[in-house]
Amino acid sequence: MPFIVSFLLAIISFTVIDNVILNRYFGICSFVGVSNKVKSAVGMGLAVTFVTIMAALVCWPIYNFILVPADMKYMETIVFILVIASLVQMVGFFIKKKSPSLYKSLGIYLPLITTNCAVLGVCSGNVGYDFGYAMANAIGTSLGFLLIIFVYACIRVRLEGANVPKAFKGVPIALIVAGLMAFIFASLNGMIDLGAWGVQ
Amino acid sequence: MAKENKSSKARIFLDPILKANPLFVMVLGTCPALAVTASIESAIGMGILFTFVLFFSTLLVSLLRKVIPDEVRTPAYIVIIATFVTVVKILTETFLPALYNTLGVFISLIVVNCIVLGRAEAFASKNGPVDTMLDALGNGLGYAWAIIAIAIVREVIGVGTITIGKVFTFLPKTVIPVLAGYSGTDIAFNIPLFAGSAGGFLVLGIALAIIAAITNHKAAKEREKARAAKLAAAQAAKGGK
Repeated sequence: MPFIVSFLLAIISFTVIDNVILNRYFGICSFVGVSNKVKSAVGMGLAVTFVTIMAALVCWPIYNFILVPADMKYMETIVFILVIASLVQMVGFFIKKKSPSLYKSLGIYLPLITTNCAVLGVCSGNVGYDFGYAMANAIGTSLGFLLIIFVYACIRVRLEGANVPKAFKGVPIALIVAGLMAFIFASLNGMIDLGAWGVQ
Repeated sequence: MAKENKSSKARIFLDPILKANPLFVMVLGTCPALAVTASIESAIGMGILFTFVLFFSTLLVSLLRKVIPDEVRTPAYIVIIATFVTVVKILTETFLPALYNTLGVFISLIVVNCIVLGRAEAFASKNGPVDTMLDALGNGLGYAWAIIAIAIVREVIGVGTITIGKVFTFLPKTVIPVLAGYSGTDIAFNIPLFAGSAGGFLVLGIALAIIAAITNHKAAKEREKARAAKLAAAQAAKGGK
């Protein structure tokens, strides 16, 4: 299989089949917390997409070219979280300077991304992969996050007006909806075989 | 005064276990609560590791609360938490490799667990080390019992058996049949959905709904009581006149 084909297949696999929220349980906090409105959900999704891809781009070389030769693999978690925190800060400054309107809509979500499991989860998960697969993981995961948080926010907006039992109002029914979405997405399991990388 | 002090200390410890439970009431730390609860043993392991990290990192934050400048406190807390997570990671990898493999990346993800940073920010940065230790133990135990409860529901309904000794390899390996797994029969009442990825969301959602129902019921009762008391007072005032 040519590289580009397996690269795209890996991205699709990470986006819809091994979905970051529904199948790997990363980033549930912001998933439930920021999906009340479609606009803020998309804002959060875009910010996470951007930071995840950037963080994966920076963390993979740091791990493979600095930590591994220096025999300091155990510093992985500390280094990654520092990279992510400073990236989030830098992205904030950059967007603020270049596009104040985008900063206005994204700004409030930026600090939240540091504590979004999806970013650190991708960087830590990439540790054993080669660069192509690591990038496919980052792109697929963040697109999956964007897709699911958008769909979920659309459903939750409808839920506001629905006649739900009193005890289930708010977060409980939202989690049940997420469970049903996970159930649907689970049926895609095994659709793509990523033999090219020998993983999965 | 001394008695009051004691009861406030007890409250610091007991409140997060039930009334302000980090998972069931605050709905924080949901990612590991769904990811590691497919088996009871991994939930117990996660509870122990989580309490360990929470205890030592908030204790250190509390001890350093007058040293750390206000502007850089969040990065400083993150570094402290990440340090203890690394310690925990190395310890589990060495002494309990089976647990390390089961929890996988979720040990690293304790760093970004909202509860740890939340307690460091909201409690440890303002209180002394003794109160902080009580708060951390309370929150750790509160979170641990919550995820273990979810794991019991998921493993019993989803798998049908309770497996011991797979993660804690020092225990003898036993499989306790509950809804399935009786030798010699193929009768099984387990629902595999609950062990899969959808089950986590469903069980947590139902648990939160049950807690909301209890809270609603209590609030309604309280309102009823207040109204009755008001009515009685009004009647007494009338009678007096």
